[in-house]
Amino acid sequence: MKLAVCINHVPDTAAKINIASDGMNIDNAGVTFVLNPYDEYAIEECLRLKEKNTGEVIAISLGGDSHKETLRKALAMGVDKAVLLKDDSHRDSFAVARALADYLKEISADIIFFGKQSVDSDNSAVGTMVAEMLGLPSVSVAVKLEITNGIVTAEREIEGGKEKVQTTLPAVITAQKGLNEPRYPSLKGIMSAKNKPMEEKGPMPSHVKVEVLAMYKPPSKNAGKIIGTDVSAVPELVRLLHEEAKVI
Amino acid sequence: MKILAISEQRDNKLKKSAFEVVRTARTIADQTQGEVIALVIGDEVQAIAGELGGYGATKVLVVQQPKLGKYSSTAYAKIIAEAAKKEQADIILFPATAMGKDSAPRVAVKLDAGLASDCTALKVDGGNIIATRPVYAGKALTEIKINSAVKVFTLRPNVFPAGISTGTSATVEVVDIPLTESDFASLVIETTQASGKIDVAEADIIVSGGRGMKSPENFKMIEDLAGVLGGAVGASRAVVDAGWRPHSEQVGQTGKTVSPSLYIAAAISGAIQHLAGMSSSKYIVAINKDKDAPIFQVADYGIVADVFIIVPAITLETKKLLGK
Repeated sequence: MKLAVCINHVPDTAAKINIASDGMNIDNAGVTFVLNPYDEYAIEECLRLKEKNTGEVIAISLGGDSHKETLRKALAMGVDKAVLLKDDSHRDSFAVARALADYLKEISADIIFFGKQSVDSDNSAVGTMVAEMLGLPSVSVAVKLEITNGIVTAEREIEGGKEKVQTTLPAVITAQKGLNEPRYPSLKGIMSAKNKPMEEKGPMPSHVKVEVLAMYKPPSKNAGKIIGTDVSAVPELVRLLHEEAKVI
Repeated sequence: MKILAISEQRDNKLKKSAFEVVRTARTIADQTQGEVIALVIGDEVQAIAGELGGYGATKVLVVQQPKLGKYSSTAYAKIIAEAAKKEQADIILFPATAMGKDSAPRVAVKLDAGLASDCTALKVDGGNIIATRPVYAGKALTEIKINSAVKVFTLRPNVFPAGISTGTSATVEVVDIPLTESDFASLVIETTQASGKIDVAEADIIVSGGRGMKSPENFKMIEDLAGVLGGAVGASRAVVDAGWRPHSEQVGQTGKTVSPSLYIAAAISGAIQHLAGMSSSKYIVAINKDKDAPIFQVADYGIVADVFIIVPAITLETKKLLGK
């Protein structure tokens, strides 16, 4: 089985975000970048499928040299080969998907995984766009996955419930938290990652359709009032919610 | 501008997000001498389509057949793209729901269109639209514009007002878009809906519990308050990671980003990743024993006390108020 997983290198969710002086990007100073949290579930699912069916897992990341760190983490977790599509330009979802699809077309994987969204630009679009570009079926936001004789049965999260989706391989899956419990890289994994192949390729430039005009911090909320420190504050709280805020 | 408004239904009932999408399309159309064409896909959905006229649709296209009663990523995307081409739509608006987020990227690729997901505001600027969209789970906001001929936006539920129906009925046109077996390459075979449960992403009121709730059993009081308020139960990451509550209830950067009218945070300290996911709520109530908890910095109203005493008291007081 040939398994591909597309991963991203993003600011840690615990990081404070500040805006760069250009007013278009975030200020990277002091921000720790990590493997996109949802991609951990995607990698784990690949590794489990490989362990069950044998095969090869390839991790692909589009971005600058800093993405090597995240690719190395994937290798340490057990991925066999890493590919950096080296690109420092700003891309929107469409342009990212195009570059990944161009590469994925060459390798014809049986199954391609993504995290359900990248926690930087939060578009939740690239995985499904790649599926469309490659003419493949997809299941997004998967929380459960079973593959038997090329038939994929997956569960995806919807509002207030779940959908069970059936499709066939090859397919694209985007992983949601809950799909599995990702492993930590073992010491042996970290050591052997150093000897695993890391290929570098230059993707074709792609036309960007979405233009960022400005980036700014949301208006900061002022701390409101402390109504009280015991149960006697409750009637006042309910009154305020009803009469002042008018939300109940 | 000609706007195609994707109007989602579930079990042959239009979702609230459908009205929000159509109304937003109407607002844009009014400013651009445009037209709003709504699209409803499903099985025998013709009867519910006319209602969209009351929210501003000039015309409603209906694509229906038994197989479309359940969602198919591939088939729905084909129908939407075909309808957009047929109507020569400039703009396609989706709800940023499970369905919308799944089909919009495919439609964007089919139409060679730029996509902006989960927008929280749209404004007309000359011949284009400027969209506001949160990034980093709301730690920052961006203003973007799409430069392709066709533009696709998904709208965050609960943010755009649906307004009240004018009662006008729209012209309903049943359209036949031929579909083959291969168009249903992926198909939903079963849907399980937790009965009567409101999803945090769609709820107007959310009552969330954090690690300070001490045990999964204690969430009963959170459920009770949510029940009285007609809201949804939310949870912090710590609680979900501990296995006390399902991930579908998690609010924050690796959960859901929400903007309800009222967010009640019980025993939640307010980690950065949690605040990012909920601080755009209209009103925030924090209940926490620790007066220095960061949650109080974003709360409109706070009570510094034990949640186990305060939460049941709020439930009781609200019942009294609502006469329940």
